[in-house]
Amino acid sequence: MIALRLDCRGQKCPQPIIELGRRIADVAVGELVELLADDPAAGPDVAAWCRMRGQELVVSESPRFVVRRR
Amino acid sequence: MLPDAHRALLSAYAEDLGDPLRLHRRGRLAALALAEAQTRVAAAVGARPDEVVFTPSLAHAAHAAIAGLARGRRRSGDIVVTTAVEHSSVLAAARTYGVHREVAVDRLGRVDLDRWTAEVSAPGVATAAIQVANHEVGTLQPYAEAIAIAQQAGVPLILDATTALGRLDLSAVPGWSVLLGWAGAFGGPVGVGFMVVRKGTRWRAPYPTDDYQDGRWPGPPDVAAVHAAAVALDSGLGLGRLVGEHQHRLVNHLRIEIGARVPDVEIAGDPVRRVPHLLTFSALYVDGEALTVELDRAGFAVASGSACSAHSEQPSHVLAAMGSLTHGNVRIGLTWTTDSAEVERFLTVLPVVVAEIRSRLGAP
Repeated sequence: MIALRLDCRGQKCPQPIIELGRRIADVAVGELVELLADDPAAGPDVAAWCRMRGQELVVSESPRFVVRRR
Repeated sequence: MLPDAHRALLSAYAEDLGDPLRLHRRGRLAALALAEAQTRVAAAVGARPDEVVFTPSLAHAAHAAIAGLARGRRRSGDIVVTTAVEHSSVLAAARTYGVHREVAVDRLGRVDLDRWTAEVSAPGVATAAIQVANHEVGTLQPYAEAIAIAQQAGVPLILDATTALGRLDLSAVPGWSVLLGWAGAFGGPVGVGFMVVRKGTRWRAPYPTDDYQDGRWPGPPDVAAVHAAAVALDSGLGLGRLVGEHQHRLVNHLRIEIGARVPDVEIAGDPVRRVPHLLTFSALYVDGEALTVELDRAGFAVASGSACSAHSEQPSHVLAAMGSLTHGNVRIGLTWTTDSAEVERFLTVLPVVVAEIRSRLGAP
């Protein structure tokens, strides 16, 4: 189940990643955040953010990304 | 541009060199200068002077190399194998003139040699291309191994020496068929690229040719610029070891200090096996364009591989292939004169600039 949906379509990087970083703490550990981002940098950058922040990337199908809070 | 190259360029233009195919005095002087430049480039890469062909840029040389090998090797196949982190011109030519197969790299930007072996040894490969060192992150490829694998498979290899030439000794690298270079990368004029086509290579000109450069690149070359390029290469090779060691130390210092002084920054590429002068890093939650503009205002001309800052909608394919962060990206190329004082000033300015941009963007 998605606990939080963030629609960042039309925003340029790094804005979608900043939004993800600001809102990840709004969900409980183990819950899912869905991010919609159509900027071409979102694919590599969501993955890099998850790696740097120790979060789990569950779905990466641009423009849809799902991250599980750890 | 290196001062020696700049002086050489101006004096060569003042001499008003003629058309190298003409027999009048100015023409003979031009032919002489062209032959001398071929000799200098050939010595730097361990080739014969008559194997050196000058072009107006790296892109032209890359297109000519790939299209020419695809044409010459038509009967063997149409597959062009490259790593995922080659120059854009190499990737574009591979897609345009053949069936492109890309080989993945690891987090440091090094090619996966098992995958390389599998792709290069597959049936139907016309040619394969690999860099000595990456132009964005500086990582050295295991190019000697990659060349040997291509040789084993009977596939002619294109070695893109652009970033390494004039920094590393490439005068005794065996096994490549075509080598690419660009004067702008070693302190020469930006309008001079070259390909070195080894004798016996099945390369066929993929465009109409004439009598210039033995029918390998049409039209009269800009001999004054070519002369300055050769002077820059010699000058770079002369400075090479001393400046290279100094630059290597400065970049080591930058890598350590940027990581220590700026929170949430990723420093890309191989920390050890790299060219001496390049450094690339990405700062989380920072806009690459703003970072470039602010650093420029502080007196530092840097490049960026971030999508919003490179006249492109796409982020750097090199960073993406490495799984690195692509936003907030900065690429620094040390010049021959960069010193410790300049590096320290950069290290003082950078944390302030990054913090200011993060606060402006509302970073968490």
